[in-house]
Amino acid sequence: MLLILAPETRPDALFPLRPRTLESRPQARGGAAMALEERLAAAMRAAQGGDAEAYRALLRACLPVARAAVRAQGLRGEAVEDAVQDTLVTLHRVRASYDPARPFLPWLRAIAQRRAIDALRRAGRRPREVHDPAAYEAEPDARPAPGEGLEARERAADLARAVAALPAGQRQAVEELALRERSLEEAAALTGRSKGALKVNLHRAIKALRASLAGPGVGRPGD
Amino acid sequence: MSEIQLRPHDRLVDDLVARLEPVRPLPSPGRRALVWAGAVLALGLGLLAVLELEGLRGPHPAEAPLVLFGAVLTALSAAYAAFATSVPGRPARWALLPLAPAALWIGASGPGCLRALAGPGLEAPHAPHGCFTFLLGVSLPLSVLLVLMLRRACPLRPNLTAALGGLAVAAAAAALLAPFHPQETTAVDLMVHGATVLGVIGLNGLAGGRLLDRSRR
Repeated sequence: MLLILAPETRPDALFPLRPRTLESRPQARGGAAMALEERLAAAMRAAQGGDAEAYRALLRACLPVARAAVRAQGLRGEAVEDAVQDTLVTLHRVRASYDPARPFLPWLRAIAQRRAIDALRRAGRRPREVHDPAAYEAEPDARPAPGEGLEARERAADLARAVAALPAGQRQAVEELALRERSLEEAAALTGRSKGALKVNLHRAIKALRASLAGPGVGRPGD
Repeated sequence: MSEIQLRPHDRLVDDLVARLEPVRPLPSPGRRALVWAGAVLALGLGLLAVLELEGLRGPHPAEAPLVLFGAVLTALSAAYAAFATSVPGRPARWALLPLAPAALWIGASGPGCLRALAGPGLEAPHAPHGCFTFLLGVSLPLSVLLVLMLRRACPLRPNLTAALGGLAVAAAAAALLAPFHPQETTAVDLMVHGATVLGVIGLNGLAGGRLLDRSRR
């Protein structure tokens, strides 16, 4: 279904009426409503006769009327526009049931109200997961588990302490090659050490860090 | 802002306009009710050719014409109410129209019921399943015709419209039965008649409601 994202099409944009200032008075509003009723009824009569342009203007003018009727039933959000579209489709299908001798707006509003009630009933029948305890329990929580941030911070602090405790050459190799992800050439140019010395220092540093971070009594077999 | 955002329903409007064909407005509810009543009359005339007029023989209870009048009035008013409630914008109060004729029909049948219950007992002088067959056999085509006619409109309260249609059909069937049914009724007769009439109304209300609901189509 197409959803509305834009301002409403006013009936008076399609059927020019009197100036807006007059519409603020109740009498003028009543007159405007009567004029709208007469114009819509005339357009519907023409549409029943097959006048496509009158039908197009009628359908557009029906949008705000149908929208108001649908909202009055309690529909909100995207459901309003779905019900408005249902109303237009129903109007098209049952346009022969409109009696040209009778008012058009009550006929249209009755259809819109019914489509809104249908939408409300459909929404009432739709199952909601929040009422399903099993689904509620099984729903994964996207947020980090409690204590996860604390553990991460502790691991980072341990690593920083272990790196700081390394000899200067090994610490430089770790900082430039592993943490700052520089290339061997860049690290060699920055530190003034050869690429071979950097590689050896990095290898030794990793071995030392593994030993210090594994904790007492934990180590690789053979160490 | 895109074209779709400016006129969100334009595609649907264009589609509906492209499918527009001239239509003839439906006749008024009164005229449609008369057309259906004409079909009932035609069916009654057709039955004359195949059934005997047992109801016209022997003594007539005093209330018999009133019962028949009530049934005919109920059939006509219920048919009108069904057609009126099938048009959007017509008030649901039309559903109250057949209440008074139905009260007349049922009320006028009261003395006959009392006589039958206090009278000759449960033994019927004729087979009661004949009444059942007659009522169902007449109700079925009348129901189908009425539903087809009602479907051409837009019943927004399909169950109410269908129940009114069921009442119209049941009353019409009862009215058609009168000339072909012996006047001396028994308790079994009344039970069969009552159950069949209620069954016709109930079945129309249930099945007809589904058939008339345009949101299901």
